[in-house]
Amino acid sequence: MTARSTFPPGLELEARKAAPMRQPLRVAPAPPWVVLALDQGSGDAALPLLTPGARVRIGTPVGRAAGEAAVDVHSPVAGVVRSVESRPLPGPTGAGPCIVIENDGSEELETGFAPIDWATLAPQDLLARIRSAGIAGLGGAAFPAHAKLAAARERSATHLVLNGAECEPWICCDDALMRERAADVLLGAQVLLHACGAAKCTIAVEDDKPEAIAAIAVALAAAADPRIEVATLRAIYPAGAERQLLAAVTGLEVPYDALPPAIGLMCQNVGTAAAAARLVRTGQPITTRIVTVTGSGVRQPANLEARLGTPIGDLVAACGGYESEPLRLIAGGSMTGRALATDAVPLTQAVNCVVVATAADLAARGREMPCIRCGDCATVCPPGLLPQSLLRAIAAGDDDQVARHGLADCIECGCCDYVCPSRIPLTARFRAARETRRARLDERQRAAEARDRFARHEERLAATAEADRQAFEAARSRARGEREG
Amino acid sequence: MSATTVLPAIGVAMGLAIVLGAALGWAATRLRPDADRLVESIDALLPQTQCGQCRYPGCRPYAEAIARGDADIDQCPPGGEDTVHALAALLGRDPKPPDPAFGATKPRLVAVIDEARCIGCALCLPACPVDAIVGAQRFMHTVIEQQCTGCELCLPPCPVDCIELRPPLVSGRLRTRRAAQARP
Repeated sequence: MTARSTFPPGLELEARKAAPMRQPLRVAPAPPWVVLALDQGSGDAALPLLTPGARVRIGTPVGRAAGEAAVDVHSPVAGVVRSVESRPLPGPTGAGPCIVIENDGSEELETGFAPIDWATLAPQDLLARIRSAGIAGLGGAAFPAHAKLAAARERSATHLVLNGAECEPWICCDDALMRERAADVLLGAQVLLHACGAAKCTIAVEDDKPEAIAAIAVALAAAADPRIEVATLRAIYPAGAERQLLAAVTGLEVPYDALPPAIGLMCQNVGTAAAAARLVRTGQPITTRIVTVTGSGVRQPANLEARLGTPIGDLVAACGGYESEPLRLIAGGSMTGRALATDAVPLTQAVNCVVVATAADLAARGREMPCIRCGDCATVCPPGLLPQSLLRAIAAGDDDQVARHGLADCIECGCCDYVCPSRIPLTARFRAARETRRARLDERQRAAEARDRFARHEERLAATAEADRQAFEAARSRARGEREG
Repeated sequence: MSATTVLPAIGVAMGLAIVLGAALGWAATRLRPDADRLVESIDALLPQTQCGQCRYPGCRPYAEAIARGDADIDQCPPGGEDTVHALAALLGRDPKPPDPAFGATKPRLVAVIDEARCIGCALCLPACPVDAIVGAQRFMHTVIEQQCTGCELCLPPCPVDCIELRPPLVSGRLRTRRAAQARP
């Protein structure tokens, strides 16, 4: 067996990022209502802390993380909690528990926030601050930043890679961030280095963003930190996927059954670094993110810094509104994004881009034809899977073969879909198979718990009945004794 | 053909028949699949709703009845077609559609107590087979959604009909995405 090249095969795609970059990054107006998802996109929801009627200010905690993949949630506006209910969400479940807050427009800030003297803070305490600030990975997966950093610290990772590749078409929020707030990215890099204990940091940017690279270089010269360097990557999709990026930057391949800290690496998005920088500058939790609003269906495509929980429709309105009836709303880019059912879906930490697509943006896909075993999907697959075999195993419902062909290793990049001459929606099938598998595992766990609880319930009822019987016997014999005596 | 060539062949064949027969006879009695283990593996395929629609007082008793041969495999409405298929595969029988006489297959619902109408009578507490209702006499009751199986057994005892079944609010993700994707 020969070693695979560490550079991903991938695809060269048309970027379509020019339109939003013609406008400066600006702050979106605060919406009259925010719909704050308790699951910010990682698949694990926080527990709500407030009930309807409660008053909140900007930065008031409203949800506390319980599971390992959830993050704390804070109010991005001042106002009143109106309801805690299930609402449509951009994630794979399509809906989930949300806290709906009415904005009273006072912009009152929660008290007690002060800048953090992070350089003298112990790394553990810094990690705790990052956790209580609710910062999730802003690259799209929304996994809690503190959990990743803590894992890197535990395994004494030496190399932190900041992901500014942004390889997917349409998305340019990181490009805008690096151009306009490069100093934040640098400060964030220093903060994350301190938190995870790595010795060196590489900021990786694709070579189709010369302005961002120049801005980072200027900020780097100003910061004069010898631990930080900038690496330029060839613009090829999906160079920004975590494992592919690490392979391209360091030449090391993360084992399929391990996470990057296992080989001493750590990857964070540049947006996450900037969020950490904002945290140490102000002490405030994360309540906003930068999002690209683009597509030919919106009047003025732009990058906006928007409050979390802003409905997508309000973001489009902040960009001049709909140009024409959109054919499809997509959260994320054109390759990995998910179609949205409604523009009432709120912004979460996982949403880096909204594409308002019209017929001009969406190529007709054509009818799905049978697989002709050409193998094109296998030649482009970045993790080196055999998508055609995986698809066959899924169609056959053969769980062992599905696992052997690496469903867990699919990064859902969409390259196989893109090249398939038979127009088979492979990635959608893989996503669906993952969801069914997860649903089945959940069902099984719920059943196991119900079985235990039923057994304990029966035991308890039997014990109570036995105790009642004995009490009755005792009372009867006592009564007999009294009658006789 | 002389008797000297046939007799040893008959002898060998008879000897083999006796030895193999004895071995099979021993295996049939001593290596019989453990009844308990069969019940376990049937029980593992049932949805554990504990609703009693199969006319047995819970999933385990139904599993025991199937193992004894008293009950058929098509009596579980919450499990639906998937459960019948899984049971058929386990027991080496032909799959068939679930018997509508036992009830219709529905998506998972959970019980919700209308707290304004609940009088705190505590009659629903012992009815819940999985102890998913929290409450006490003259205190308001509530259902733990994550643990409710949607068996509907709490509906008949309620004197004020304040319990209804609704789709679950939390989509029911019990574990994180990463844990679910990790290999077994």
